[in-house]
Amino acid sequence: MSDESWICEPCGIETLPAPEGEPIIRLAGVETTLDGRKVLDGVHLDIPRQRITAIIGLSGAGKSVMLKHMIGLIRPDRGQVLVDGVDISRLSRPELYKVRRRFGMLFQGGALFDSLTVYENVAFPLRENTGLREEKIRERVLRGLAQVGLEKAEGKYPDELSGGMVRRVAFARAMVTDPEIILCDEPTTGLDPIIRNSILNLICHTYHRHGFTMVMVSHDIPEIFHWSHHVVVVHDGKVVEAAPTAEVTNSIHPFVQQLIRGDISGPVQLM
Amino acid sequence: MMSFAETLGRKALGAVNRMGKMTIFLCATAAALLAPPYRVRRIVKQVHFIGGKSLFVIVLTAAFTGMVLGLQGYYTLRKFGSEGLLGSAVALSLIRELGPVLSALMVTGRAGSALTAEIGIMRIGEQIDSLESMGIDPVKFLVAPRLLGAVLSVPLLTAVFDVVGILGGYLVGVKLLGVNSGAFFGQMEASVEWKDVMNGIIKSVAFGLIIAWVCTFQGYYAERGAEGVSQSTTSAVVLSSVLVLIGDYVLTSVLL
Repeated sequence: MSDESWICEPCGIETLPAPEGEPIIRLAGVETTLDGRKVLDGVHLDIPRQRITAIIGLSGAGKSVMLKHMIGLIRPDRGQVLVDGVDISRLSRPELYKVRRRFGMLFQGGALFDSLTVYENVAFPLRENTGLREEKIRERVLRGLAQVGLEKAEGKYPDELSGGMVRRVAFARAMVTDPEIILCDEPTTGLDPIIRNSILNLICHTYHRHGFTMVMVSHDIPEIFHWSHHVVVVHDGKVVEAAPTAEVTNSIHPFVQQLIRGDISGPVQLM
Repeated sequence: MMSFAETLGRKALGAVNRMGKMTIFLCATAAALLAPPYRVRRIVKQVHFIGGKSLFVIVLTAAFTGMVLGLQGYYTLRKFGSEGLLGSAVALSLIRELGPVLSALMVTGRAGSALTAEIGIMRIGEQIDSLESMGIDPVKFLVAPRLLGAVLSVPLLTAVFDVVGILGGYLVGVKLLGVNSGAFFGQMEASVEWKDVMNGIIKSVAFGLIIAWVCTFQGYYAERGAEGVSQSTTSAVVLSSVLVLIGDYVLTSVLL
């Protein structure tokens, strides 16, 4: 994918260029220390509006922490996290909760509520955050489940689902409120290639239908390059590259090249 | 010597920090309880879980506690020729002390541990983060109903404990050992005052608060996977039980 007008390869749908203007999310000089370890070290990052941005890097590089900063689940020690120009790290809890309702988040393990059925899980944010009537909620939940191909699983509990099904339900739950921004923390980790591609395909199709902004942490390299407009490469709590996908692919940065090719030798020596 | 002082200082600071965190947690829960919307169904569900589902164990414990009190009391009072005071001894022991304390300890073991484990699993499974990400306050959603549920349930369970315990004492004292039934209830009526009942209620409300506060706190801040949840559950049960016993002494000395 590129940042110009393009035809999406897997979907065959034309996508218009990204709208002009300020980035929807900006991390400005973010520094965070957790358990005595500096996990983010002066991160500057812009997330473009209505585009899919992939964050890649080694395990423990700070990718998920970065994602949690964007929704205010972690507050930085220094720096700003701006969502549409508002520094969410300075907001009070009620104000932050209002901002969060613009987001949908898909957690690594799905984070479905064990005691609720698939239907109840997807209906949950609608019941809690909207004044919708039950018939309207039912309509939207069933539509969401149909989009992820799980309309027949509405009565099942999370422990009765496979890993791929859990992620799809979690995606339906993240999408059901029609959020402007979707954050995905490793949505395909631990899944077989067919299920992984089906989930990425689902994300891509849904993106074309809704035109949201998506930030996705992923280890699926190089596959993720086919599914994202922008790529952010993180290493040791720092952003080493953040650019449209084609630019990152052709980056001459030795770490980026090592990561993309999966080379054992390079700037990162594990043994 | 220096390292010993450092370790001691670090532990003391850690304890003060934790106490502060627990106090903030309690204040946040109280604020969440007072703020609308009020979800009555969620509170009723917790009363059912903490109270209703603990009923069997409370009845069982109360029956045997009352029976033991009847037995021990009878043989002690017989030495002084005061078997007639058995009803009074059983009722006062249960209403003032054993009812609130044993009910609280039973609720800690049955429901308190479950509260910690449930919330702890939600924490490590990112379900609490998930609530946060949806703009839902997890303290209001998870902790506040459990706290109120426990504060309402423990006094009710204590009342059941007292009644069943007295019946157990009656069964042994009157039916088994031959104490006069009229003396048993007459002495009880004469000696138990409204103040004793109130003290029992105050204690049980305080114990309900302690149990829910400690157990939800331990679950809410559980870390390091399944082992962390198991450690939190153990800590919750031990700390709640100890605090109930300390609280019992403090309240008794204040209320007497």
